[in-house]
Amino acid sequence: MTIVQNPQIDAPDQESTASKLVTRVKRVVASNPSVLPTVAAIVIFIGMVIYGELAYGRIVQYNTLSNLLINNAHLIILAVAMTFVILTGGIDLSVGSVIALSSVAGVMLANAGWNPWIVILLMVLIGTLFGLASGILIQYFNVQPFIATLAMMFLGRGLASLLSTQPERLAEESPIRWLGEQFKIIDGPKVNDVVITPGVIIALLVVFGAFFVLHRTRTGRTVYAIGGSESSSALMGLAVPRTKVLVYVISGTLSGIAAVVYTSRLGIAQNITGIGWELDAIAATVIGGTLLTGGYGYVLGSVVGALVLGLMNVLITRDGGIPPEMTTIITGGILLIFVLLQRAVTSKRHT
Amino acid sequence: MSNAARTNWLRELIRKPFFWGVIAIFALLALNVLKDPNYLAITVNPVNGNLVGNVIDILRASAPILMIAVGMSLVIATGGIDLSVGSVMAVSGAVAMVFMKDAGQSGSVGVALGAIGLALLVSALLGAINGVLVAYIGLQPFISTLIMMLAGRGIAKVITEGQNTSATNDPFRWIANGFVIGLPVVFLLAIAIVIVVGLVVRRSALGLMIEAIGINPKASRMAGIKPSGLLLTVYILSAVLAGVAGIMSVGTVMTVDVSRTGYQMELDAILAVVIGGTSLAGGKFSIGGAVVGALLIATLDKTIVFLGISSSATPAFKAIVIVVLCLLQSDRVRSWFVQRRKPPQLRPESLPAKPKQEVAA
Amino acid sequence: MSEALPIVEMRDISIEFPGVKALDGVDFRLFQGEVHALMGENGAGKSTLIKALTGVYKIDGGSIVVAGQERQFHGTRDAQSAGVSTVYQEVNLVTNLSIGENVMLGHEIRGAFGVNWRATHAAATEALARLGLEHLDTHKPLSTLSIAMQQLVAISRAMAIKAKVLILDEPTSSLDAAEVEGLFRVMRSLRDQGVAILFVSHFLDQIYAISDRLTILRNGRYEGEYLTRDLDRHALISKMIGKDLGALSSLGGNRRVDDRDYAAEEPLLTAKGLGRRGSIEPTDLDVHRGEVVGFAGLLGSGRTELARLLYGADRADEGEVTLHGKRVDIKSPADGLVKRIAFSTENRRDEGIIADLTVRENMILAVQAERGWARPIPRKEQDELVEKYITALNVRPSDPNRLIKNLSGGNQQKVLLGRWLATNPELLILDEPTRGIDVGAKAEIQEAVAELAESGVSVVFISSELEEVVRLSERIVVLKDHQKIGEIVNGPEITAQHVVDVIAAHGVEAAAESGIIDAEGQHDIAASHPSESSPADAHAYAATEEES
Repeated sequence: MTIVQNPQIDAPDQESTASKLVTRVKRVVASNPSVLPTVAAIVIFIGMVIYGELAYGRIVQYNTLSNLLINNAHLIILAVAMTFVILTGGIDLSVGSVIALSSVAGVMLANAGWNPWIVILLMVLIGTLFGLASGILIQYFNVQPFIATLAMMFLGRGLASLLSTQPERLAEESPIRWLGEQFKIIDGPKVNDVVITPGVIIALLVVFGAFFVLHRTRTGRTVYAIGGSESSSALMGLAVPRTKVLVYVISGTLSGIAAVVYTSRLGIAQNITGIGWELDAIAATVIGGTLLTGGYGYVLGSVVGALVLGLMNVLITRDGGIPPEMTTIITGGILLIFVLLQRAVTSKRHT
Repeated sequence: MSNAARTNWLRELIRKPFFWGVIAIFALLALNVLKDPNYLAITVNPVNGNLVGNVIDILRASAPILMIAVGMSLVIATGGIDLSVGSVMAVSGAVAMVFMKDAGQSGSVGVALGAIGLALLVSALLGAINGVLVAYIGLQPFISTLIMMLAGRGIAKVITEGQNTSATNDPFRWIANGFVIGLPVVFLLAIAIVIVVGLVVRRSALGLMIEAIGINPKASRMAGIKPSGLLLTVYILSAVLAGVAGIMSVGTVMTVDVSRTGYQMELDAILAVVIGGTSLAGGKFSIGGAVVGALLIATLDKTIVFLGISSSATPAFKAIVIVVLCLLQSDRVRSWFVQRRKPPQLRPESLPAKPKQEVAA
Repeated sequence: MSEALPIVEMRDISIEFPGVKALDGVDFRLFQGEVHALMGENGAGKSTLIKALTGVYKIDGGSIVVAGQERQFHGTRDAQSAGVSTVYQEVNLVTNLSIGENVMLGHEIRGAFGVNWRATHAAATEALARLGLEHLDTHKPLSTLSIAMQQLVAISRAMAIKAKVLILDEPTSSLDAAEVEGLFRVMRSLRDQGVAILFVSHFLDQIYAISDRLTILRNGRYEGEYLTRDLDRHALISKMIGKDLGALSSLGGNRRVDDRDYAAEEPLLTAKGLGRRGSIEPTDLDVHRGEVVGFAGLLGSGRTELARLLYGADRADEGEVTLHGKRVDIKSPADGLVKRIAFSTENRRDEGIIADLTVRENMILAVQAERGWARPIPRKEQDELVEKYITALNVRPSDPNRLIKNLSGGNQQKVLLGRWLATNPELLILDEPTRGIDVGAKAEIQEAVAELAESGVSVVFISSELEEVVRLSERIVVLKDHQKIGEIVNGPEITAQHVVDVIAAHGVEAAAESGIIDAEGQHDIAASHPSESSPADAHAYAATEEES
């Protein structure tokens, strides 16, 4: 699955690597057809990059791509979170409002003079708690996932509004802002630098951690097995109840981490932060090839999905002809198309 | 009437799932009366003969909730959900406002009717999209309507070009703010619509078939019920009712706020339905229950404002109520209340789960 | 087989479900290195006993000793870690993962960097090799394997996690003869390796081919434990059936006598080459007005599948149907109803009743569906209709406003029968209308069928109880292995035995080839007991799937 790594940057001068890559992709796809949608997502991303470069220019350059990562670090984390849940055949609609609550609470605590590390920990734990609540409702009280997490979504949004309905500014000197600070890795001409933030590093760590858990641990494989068939997994003696609660805990915790990353970059938290982000996260996951009914998908695909959405925003801004209000409509439309494609593919598989 | 008959009647009433909703309404009102003994007082405005009072305000505020709650209870009865009602309200309000703003003629009944007609038409279209996705394509209801929920608000913004749009039109305003025989038009209208929907659903076989689909889609199909048309109808109906709710709520201030009109109204709708005793898993529904639920929510909203609690706390509180009611509906909690028998021995995780039932054929 | 201590000993096991005593003082023991068959008819408690052993159900009384220790498992996972693994009829693996992963899930070999996939796949290959399946590529998705192979993978999984006790719950019902033989080879080899195997199957031939010992249950009670070779088929069947069968055969004993010459009439319905890939081979069928046509065959023979095609519950992908001499295309149940065909499903709970609706609503549902929602049936007409069928079919309690889920199985069945009769069908298809209901209700339903045919309604009657089919039908269509293998015109000389002979004769070449049953065994079935408690009936009777 290393195929995701930026093939677009070093394409011209490494012909042999490219052709090797193609054969490798071919082999992976042949042995495991479920990779195909993820490969398709990568192709879509590269296509968008090329189109953007041709139509608007200044896409394939250091600062644009760095910013793509920096501005979408939180979305990448959310997409990873959603991947865990969707792989089991569930859904988590609460991610956006968990971010709102966690960041509003975090900024207020930090401004009240709390130790920044404790604040960060609390921000993450708020997410964990919400995930745990959803997981218990779903696993032990048989509440449908979308209902349970919808209730959590309203609860989170409500609590955030209860704390504050004003934009809360994180103090300029707060150490939490360091996570959003930009560090030059490569100093290019003018502003064209490779820049990275600790937030991006956190996102990358999350991605690699998730990849490791999903592909290299028994828990991760149980996640896939549950998505394949929950009843079979139980009969195989897998720890189904624990794992099902765990995916929601993971999803909540990652939402908390996303809140930290997002807040540190923006420096502002508000109760309406993150409205509609559950849609973005679901869309990123689904575009990346994860089947909405569970069992198939890759966390790296979701990362590509998040980047596709991020790049889409960049292109919309560059284009200027599309009103920004259209963004949610376009995201919704893309999600719909992918869900319909999945539907078509799976129904074909069943007959 | 004998005593026994009366206690029987009482017992029947207590067993009605929305009985506790009614109790809650009275409890909230009592709370308000404690704070202000004149809370329930209704006076007559000497100038125009309209009734004035907190209760009247509550009734007025309940109108849009009534609309979406009734629609939602039908959708939930089929085993689905409609998360897009709030956004459809915004779209409907936006369409009406933009239409009236462009048409001008602040006194024209024709313009008002045109705005209403167009708003409802657009709402029906959005409902039809939901319905087609669920009934004919077979998508999960929550995903189809979630997309509509988020995209819908985008549509509303596109219609108004991102601006909050105001218009002036007296007949349209009258719907939300006018009075007939001393009562607010908007409430009378809402009740009339609820009665019409209730009659149509219960007097025809629509209700029976909706319940059949919600309880057991497979068996319903085997009994010759074609679910697709029914589902489409129900989603369209839900959206049209949300459209009406949108007209009602923008009519009050004659402004559509694209990010706030109908915001989180799906929460109110779901809550009203659950309070009314309809299971979120689908099946039996009660329109009367949804009405009680809607009235309770309106009372709750007003009470919170009246008591001076920050209204921003309400969504959180409502979410907690939903969670609690969901818990009460779950088998596990029920079994705690059933005497003697140990919690069910059939551990759910070890039984083959019911295959994912899809309503669409 | 060692006569040492049993590896599993269950003593005096009782399990109660609300209102039912599912197991009542059952004893069971299982030794290392034996294949032990658990026998009993539908509802005898076989599945319940297995679930008690694996901890899916909690026992209300008795003790379970595994490998010398008293145990009460908390579910499959717990049982597996104690070495008790179960393989079910519907393969309990996940098709989205690879073969190797399915073998090793939950037991992957871990190294410094998490799961070591190379070692894990090697271990999977090793486990598969114990069953002679080392040629499988463990990296391929499980979905690329046939059901039979998946079954074997499931057993490999049990071996990979070092199962000492292997429970095979009806593993053969969807396998063909060669596949069964493959499975048996594996079972023998595992037995020789010392594994204790508990085997459930409704095919008597297979029991005699593979098992060393058997335990018989009846109505949740222990009936006895025997060495298989000591118990002949007749004795086995009468112990499984008990007296119930005799009682059944004596009721409604009047066979329908009819001397109409159906061949001369134009059939009501004709199917030509009607089939659906994977469920029923192309089949020809005629049904005449007022005729009762029985479908006989074991579970999975294609009898239900054929009936579903006639009603439109499934779409046929080949062949054609003519009704009244006109070609029709029945796309859905709604279509079937419009064409005056009604179908009562064998799966009463999932496809029949709408549990939370009343008797009245359940009964009028099909008529209402046909009229459409906009034309409700007037209350008065409803009352008449419901009253009529409650009386005619003797539904008890007769209160039409009671929820159907609160009725007994037999009365639910009568309500459903009422639902279909209310649609005024010309052709009524009844799939297992008498399964799992009490004897009285059974007789009443049989009577109703006879009366219906008398009044000119054509009936397709499907039942696992061959006696019943023979008693009611004028013509019997025999199915096996997803195809029609013959048709018997009923007459006074025809008994359930004849039907069994047709089924047995068809299969015998294939079975003999694969060596599952010896010719003598077959003869044994055919020659013995043409009387009431015919083994044929028992054979088929036991074949119905467990309804719990």
